[in-house]
Amino acid sequence: MTGRAQPLIVGAGPAGIRAAQALVAVGLRPLVVDEAPACGGQIYRQRPVPDGRSAKSLYGSEAGKAQALHGAFHALAGHIDYWPQALLWNLRDGDADIAVAGENRRVAYDGLILATGATDRILPVPGWTLPGVFTLGGSQVALKAQGCAIGSRVVFAGTGPLLYLVAWQYMKAGVEVAAVLDAAPFSAKFAMLRGLPLFPAIVLRGMRFVAELKLRGVALHSGVGGVRIEGTREVSGVAWRSGGREHRIACDGVGYGLTLRSETQASDLAGCTFRFDERDRAWLPQRDAAGRSSVAGVYLAGDGAGIAGADAAERAGERAALALCEDRGLPVSPERAARLERELARIDRFRDVLEAAFPFPAHWAGGIADDTLLCRCEEISAGEAREAMGRYGIVELNRLKAVSRVGMGRCQGRICGGAAAELLAAETGQGIGSVGRLRSQAPLKPVPLVLQPAVRDRETAA
Amino acid sequence: MSQRLDVDVAIIGGGLVGSSAALALRGMGLSVALLDKGFCGAQASGVNYGGVRRQGRPRKQLPLSQRAHAVWPRLAALIGIDGEFIRSGHLKLARGEAEMAALEAYAADVADLDLGLELIGHNDLRERFPWIEGDITGASLCAGDGHANPRLVSAGFASAARRAGAHVLENTAVTGATRNGTGFAIEAGEGTAIRAAALVNSAGAWAGPFAESFGEPVPVSRIYPSMVVTEPLAPIMTVNTGMEGRGIYARQVERGNCVVGGERGLPLPDADFSRPTGDGALAIMNRAAGLFPAMRHAQAIRFWTGTEAAMPDGNPVIGPSGTTPGLFHAFGFTGAGFQIAPGVGEVLAELVRDGATPTPIEALSIARFAKPSSTSDRTADGSGAARPSEPQHRGNLS
Repeated sequence: MTGRAQPLIVGAGPAGIRAAQALVAVGLRPLVVDEAPACGGQIYRQRPVPDGRSAKSLYGSEAGKAQALHGAFHALAGHIDYWPQALLWNLRDGDADIAVAGENRRVAYDGLILATGATDRILPVPGWTLPGVFTLGGSQVALKAQGCAIGSRVVFAGTGPLLYLVAWQYMKAGVEVAAVLDAAPFSAKFAMLRGLPLFPAIVLRGMRFVAELKLRGVALHSGVGGVRIEGTREVSGVAWRSGGREHRIACDGVGYGLTLRSETQASDLAGCTFRFDERDRAWLPQRDAAGRSSVAGVYLAGDGAGIAGADAAERAGERAALALCEDRGLPVSPERAARLERELARIDRFRDVLEAAFPFPAHWAGGIADDTLLCRCEEISAGEAREAMGRYGIVELNRLKAVSRVGMGRCQGRICGGAAAELLAAETGQGIGSVGRLRSQAPLKPVPLVLQPAVRDRETAA
Repeated sequence: MSQRLDVDVAIIGGGLVGSSAALALRGMGLSVALLDKGFCGAQASGVNYGGVRRQGRPRKQLPLSQRAHAVWPRLAALIGIDGEFIRSGHLKLARGEAEMAALEAYAADVADLDLGLELIGHNDLRERFPWIEGDITGASLCAGDGHANPRLVSAGFASAARRAGAHVLENTAVTGATRNGTGFAIEAGEGTAIRAAALVNSAGAWAGPFAESFGEPVPVSRIYPSMVVTEPLAPIMTVNTGMEGRGIYARQVERGNCVVGGERGLPLPDADFSRPTGDGALAIMNRAAGLFPAMRHAQAIRFWTGTEAAMPDGNPVIGPSGTTPGLFHAFGFTGAGFQIAPGVGEVLAELVRDGATPTPIEALSIARFAKPSSTSDRTADGSGAARPSEPQHRGNLS
C-alpha cells in the first residue's frame, strides 16, 4: 500500500462483499461504504437486534448463502475499512464525498467498485400512496429485518418472482394472504419451462411457492389490470379487473411491485456511459463481461448495473474485483475469471426467461388516471404531468422534470422516474428508449445541511 | 429532414432573451424562426437562481432593467403563466462597515432612477427580519424586486412564441450563418435552410463563435453558478436575500424549498454540461446554516448548476453588430440575465423593426470590445460558426 489510494467499494450486499473478499485475497485493503447498519444488502439484510429467529426462518432456502456471505464479510474485519450507515452522495474526479454521522468525509480512491443494488419498480395506481401500501421489497424488509407484517390481511399485487416469494413468506409467517394479483397473463408462466434446463431448482422452488399458496386457499389471479387500492385514511381493499370481470377484496395491507430497477445514480456521477436496455426498459451503465465500465478504474457489479439477482451479484462482485486486479497487474486466476463469466452468462439467459414469465405491464402507463399521484415527493399527479407535456410541448424527460417538478423531490426520481418515462413515452407515442433519462446530480440522496468536513485522516491511513 | 424557411427574423438561441424577442417580434407581425441546439430554456435561462432583481446592477444596465421590471407582473397575460413570480422584495445584506458603505454609495448613485431603495440599520434589521442571524451590519431593501421560477418562465416564453406563430426549431444547431445580398442564409440541424432579413445572436455561452464569424471577436467566458435546494420548510424567508460582496444568496419558493447559491460548479468533459462541486455545495450549505438558523436542521435534497456566458466587465453585449447590417447581439449576461431578459427581448424587437430603441443601451454595445485598429471596413461573410465553442477561462467575476 505505498503511494496508491485505497479501492472504494460502494455497497455491502452480495456483490460488494464478494468484491471486498477478492481484493483482500490479493493483499489490497478496500474501503467498503454501505448505507445499512450491517452487511448483506437488501436480500440478505440482517435484523437490527437478535430476535430469536433462525437464519432458516429469515432467509428460507437462501439461508446458506446468507450465512456464508455474512460470515465471509465478518472474516474480512481487520483487512478492510468498513463504514456502515455511510451515504455516498457525490463523486468527482477520483474523490468521493461520504456523509457519516453528521460529518463529510472526502475520500480519494484508486479503483471504484459500484455495487449499489436495486429498488422496487412501480407504476402508480390509484391509492398507491395510502398508508398500508408497501413495495414488495419493503414488505419483505419489514418481515425480515423488523419481524413485523405490513398488515393482518394482505394482498400482494404486481409482477415478478418477488411477488410469489413474498406472498409465500408472509403465509409461512402466519399472516393471512388475501390474494396474489399478477399483472402477467397465466400463459406467460409457461416460459418458466424454458428455464428448467438452466436452473431447475429455482424453477421448481417457484412452482412450490405457487402450489403451497394454492393449497392454503390463497386466491391467485393472473392477467390483472385496472388495479385500484381503496381506502380513505388507510388501505381498506383492492379492486382489479381480470377474466373480463371486476373484483374487489378487503385487506389492510398491500405489497406492490413490478420487478426491480437498478440504482444507477453513482455510476452516472462517476461518468459512465449509459445505454438503453430493452429488457430492463431502463438506461444502464455499460459494462463488459468482467464489469468494467466505460471509465477506467470504475467497475460495476450486481443489480445496480442491470437486474440479475443475488446469485449473479455475488459472481459479478468477485469478477469486477478480479478485473480491478488485472488492470493493476496483480495476479488473477484466468480460470476463475472465465468460470465466473460463464456462470454470469447462464444467469443472464435465465433472466430472459424470467422477463418472459413476468413481463413489465408497460401498457398500464398510458392508462394512469389523471388524478393519480405520479411523483409523491413533489405531489404531482399524472394529469398535471400530462398538462405540462401539452403546454410546453415536452418530448424529453429532463424537460418534463424542469416544467412539472416530477422527479425533483427527495427521491430525485428514483421512485417516479421510470413511471414518468413510461407516461411520457405513452403520451408522445415515442418508444421508452427515446424519451431520455434523468441526469443524476449530487446529492444522490438527501444530506444534512450542516455537514462538517471531517478531519482528513484518510490519506494518512491509506 | 430537409426543410426551407423564409422569415423576417432568425434567432439563434432559444433562451429567455431569444424567446422573449421571438414573442415580441410576433406581436409586431414579423415572421420568426427561433433555433436552439437543444431545448429552449434548458441552459442558463432555465437553470439560474431565479432572482428578479434590479438592486445591485451597474447603472448602465438599469434603464433596461427598469423596462423589464414592468414586464414581470404581466407574465400571466403575456405568456399564460405567472412563472411563480413573487414581488417579495430583495434584501442585500452588509457584513461590515465597508460593505454597508458600499450599499449606501450605491443607493446614492442610483437615487435618480426610482428603484425605491431603503437603507436599514442593524437594530431595525433584527426587528424586521429576525430570521437572519450572523454579524450583519445593515442592509438595503428594494421592495419592488422579487424572484420567480426560471424553469417555467423560460419555457413559458418559448411556448408562447410557438403559440404566437414563431417557428420554434429545437435540437436544431446552427452550423453556418452568412450575410448575403438581401439578408442572411442560415444552415441548421440536418438539412434546415433558412433565409432571414435579420439575424439575432442570443446564443448565450455559445454566442462567441457566431459573433467572431461576423468579424466581431468577443471575450466570452463561461461560469457555472451552483445552487443548493432544501426540502420544503415552513415559511422562513420573507424576501429574496443577497450579500454585498456576494458569498451567498437565498430565496424560499412558495412550496417551501429554500434555494441557496453563492458558489460555482465545474464543467463536465462535455463542456456544455456542468456539475456542482462537493466543496462548493458544502460551503453554501454551511453559510446558509450560519445565516438562517431555521434552516440548520434541514436536508439538502438537490443541487444544480448551469452554463452561463460571462463578459470580463460583467455587462452583457446588447445591440446592433458593428460589422454587419441586420445582425443584432444579446448575450453575456454574466450570471444576472434573468430579470433583465424580458426587457432585452422587447428592445431587440424594436431594433429589428425600427433600427432603434427608446431604451438607452449604447453602453452595452459590442463596440466596446472592438480592437482599436482592427479590420477597418470589412464586412465578414461569416463562417465556421459551427465549430465547437471551447470553454474559455473560468469566469472570476463574483
